[in-house]
Amino acid sequence: MSDKKGYKEIERGTILPAGTSREYKTGGWKVLKPVFDPAKCTHCMLCVVFCPDMAIPVIESKEGIQGKGGKVYKGWVRCETNFDYCKGCGICEVECPTEAIKMEREGF
Amino acid sequence: MPTLNDIVSKPDLLVSGHRMCAGCGIAPIIKTILAASDKPVIIANNTGCLEVVTTIYPYTSWSAPWMHLTFENSAAVAAGIEAAYKAFRKRGKIDKEVNILAIGGDGGTYDIGVQALSGALERGHKFMYVVYDNEGYMNTGNQRSGATPYGASTTTVPAGKESIGKPQWRKNIVEIVAAHRIPYAAQATVHQTLDLFKKAQKGFNADGPSFLAVLQPCTTNWAYDPSLTMKYSRLAVETNFWPLYEVENGRIHINFKPRERKPIEEFLKGQTRFKHLFKPENGHVISEMQRMIDEEWARILKLEESEVRI
Amino acid sequence: MSIVKSLTGAQAAAEAMRQINPDVVVAYPITPQTPIVEYFAEFVANGIVNTETIPVESEHSALSAAVGASAAGARAMCATSSQGLALMWEIVAATPGLRLPIVMPLVNRALSAPINIHCDHSDVMGTLTLGWIQIFCENAQEAYEHMLLALRLAEDERVLLPVMVNQDGFITSHAVEPVKIYDDETIKKFIGERKLNRYLLDVDHPFTVGPLALTDYYFEIKKQQEDAIYAAKSVYLEIGKELSSITGKGYPYFEEYKASDAEAIIITLNSTAGTVKDVVDEMRNEGKRVGMIKPILFRPFPYAEVREALKNVSSVGVFDRSIAFGAYAPLYSEVRNALYDLPKKPKIQSYIYGLGGRDIFKSEIRFSFNELLDGKVDPNIQNYLGLRG
Repeated sequence: MSDKKGYKEIERGTILPAGTSREYKTGGWKVLKPVFDPAKCTHCMLCVVFCPDMAIPVIESKEGIQGKGGKVYKGWVRCETNFDYCKGCGICEVECPTEAIKMEREGF
Repeated sequence: MPTLNDIVSKPDLLVSGHRMCAGCGIAPIIKTILAASDKPVIIANNTGCLEVVTTIYPYTSWSAPWMHLTFENSAAVAAGIEAAYKAFRKRGKIDKEVNILAIGGDGGTYDIGVQALSGALERGHKFMYVVYDNEGYMNTGNQRSGATPYGASTTTVPAGKESIGKPQWRKNIVEIVAAHRIPYAAQATVHQTLDLFKKAQKGFNADGPSFLAVLQPCTTNWAYDPSLTMKYSRLAVETNFWPLYEVENGRIHINFKPRERKPIEEFLKGQTRFKHLFKPENGHVISEMQRMIDEEWARILKLEESEVRI
Repeated sequence: MSIVKSLTGAQAAAEAMRQINPDVVVAYPITPQTPIVEYFAEFVANGIVNTETIPVESEHSALSAAVGASAAGARAMCATSSQGLALMWEIVAATPGLRLPIVMPLVNRALSAPINIHCDHSDVMGTLTLGWIQIFCENAQEAYEHMLLALRLAEDERVLLPVMVNQDGFITSHAVEPVKIYDDETIKKFIGERKLNRYLLDVDHPFTVGPLALTDYYFEIKKQQEDAIYAAKSVYLEIGKELSSITGKGYPYFEEYKASDAEAIIITLNSTAGTVKDVVDEMRNEGKRVGMIKPILFRPFPYAEVREALKNVSSVGVFDRSIAFGAYAPLYSEVRNALYDLPKKPKIQSYIYGLGGRDIFKSEIRFSFNELLDGKVDPNIQNYLGLRG
């Protein structure tokens, strides 16, 4: 309780500035962790749009990334999962059309 | 033709760090809808799962202007925001164009919020109302709502020796809304991302109020493994339990017609809320469900064919 | 610069709204408040104001829409009475928590059950703890002027709280009186523009309004809100002084009428104060030392000032136009609390009158004064004026 702000310091009323939840890392929730194999990925973006935690970042790549079958995928491509926020739900593994993601038990 | 790149390339207006259950279907729905807007979006949100998990003081997952008042009035709040926007435009206090979005769960829309929704639709405010339909009051642990399907077990109407779960069929919210003669209403689901995206675009661009009912399988309360959210969404469509259709200016248009619809058991099995239906003495409930689904499907097919205005 | 118009209290409130020309007005009918929004709607229809109006489907949605508009950055207003206030109670509770400066004229009407459309104060008394600033008006002139004061008070950066401006249903709202309306330009300058800071229509700077606050933050947010309503006490006088320079009248916490040397004082709200003042004049002519106090700012309640005003009085009669079932009547309760700290307290008697629009007569007021002057005061007895049986 001691590091929480007192009534004189908090924002007036019930107004919060945008996006402060980024400070709250939900990655500790997970029991299973997605292991991503870029060699099988076609960058179809399904895992990115389905992820409930926006935990799969994307970048726009001009040079491209090597993916399934050695093909080079240019444009919007996915990066490694952001484990700060991934809760280990496993939707990405189930929905991936090329089995590029495998959920594994996170070591304790 | 939109692609998933049109969604992933947009900056997140709903950011990570929220407290949704692992595997929750709400975030993909909201992400897709927000990405479909080509203008800044102002959001009015009912009390419910989405509001609670995204705004626990002092953390907020919203990067768009967002407001929450109480459980039943996001449509009225959106109406107020829309009037303020019109007043500001009139008085030269704002020159941007904005989209106004009201979001509610099924409890806050079909039940307690239906009055405010109906009033706002009738008055013709330019805003879009989205209901993320998880078929019950899920934030408070699965109580029965007007959207709960026939035969589902909830904590307020549980299945038991004397009960099959909910004895009534659910409301048809899209047709109730369409009866207000609004330009656009549609039914969509979480896994059909591009279908949802296109419907959201149409909704935002409608010349008047628009409405989206989006199925949101709830891993915690429908009770299935968190990784199967998209699978249940798919099964809901393939069994005709949740048809995907649009009502544009009163005319219905079905977006997906399965060649051969799957039997409803495919959707029901694996969900704990329907587990009791697989007992031999409850077989009649499943038959009744199948009959109602087939009847409903035949009805909307006929509506589509006849081109009668809803 | 002013002109005198023949206006009812409702029309006077609408005139104030005309001069304010808010961005958004949300309208829903309920007797006896409806003429306020009707009269205002005429202004809109004839282009005298360019307000956006929303004719909503219930009072609950009325205040909800006003809150949405206000959070978006607009000046928003709505009006109601009795059952309408009761229906929007949920939002009435939420509005001060969101620190939104909404001004709502409230035309006081009895609460059901049984249903009654006439004047009493049961509607507003049920909302005292919610955090709205409460101002009470005796007549149409006050109903007009206090709306202007209320808007400036609500929007002051040190306050940012909603304000209810009360007037008696039918007695004030529907009776025609001569009302001095001040010059439009002068009032426009007095009102000024709402200072915008962190509002939804500022889409380049997005904010989240109305989050969930759990056990670790709710208390602090409410304390901020309490500080704000106490700050309103001095801001009220500041703004009153500014308004005085236009109207030439004073805006105290309460009106004192021949009270400084009175032996017996009656304290009452709203229109009854006018009748009491008449009786005070008559009895003073007969040599009796009586006086009246009429509270105007009710929340935040000016306990210290009331205590100071009553410290030399022998007997105080408090007239309440509502019952707080199972407890001391609301105004009586506040006055009793104010007197607690006096070393030598006046005698104090509670009178309940006028429920459901029951008229109060000069004879009844005179009867009360005589009781007070004779010291016939018994705090264990609840007195009723005009009750049969």
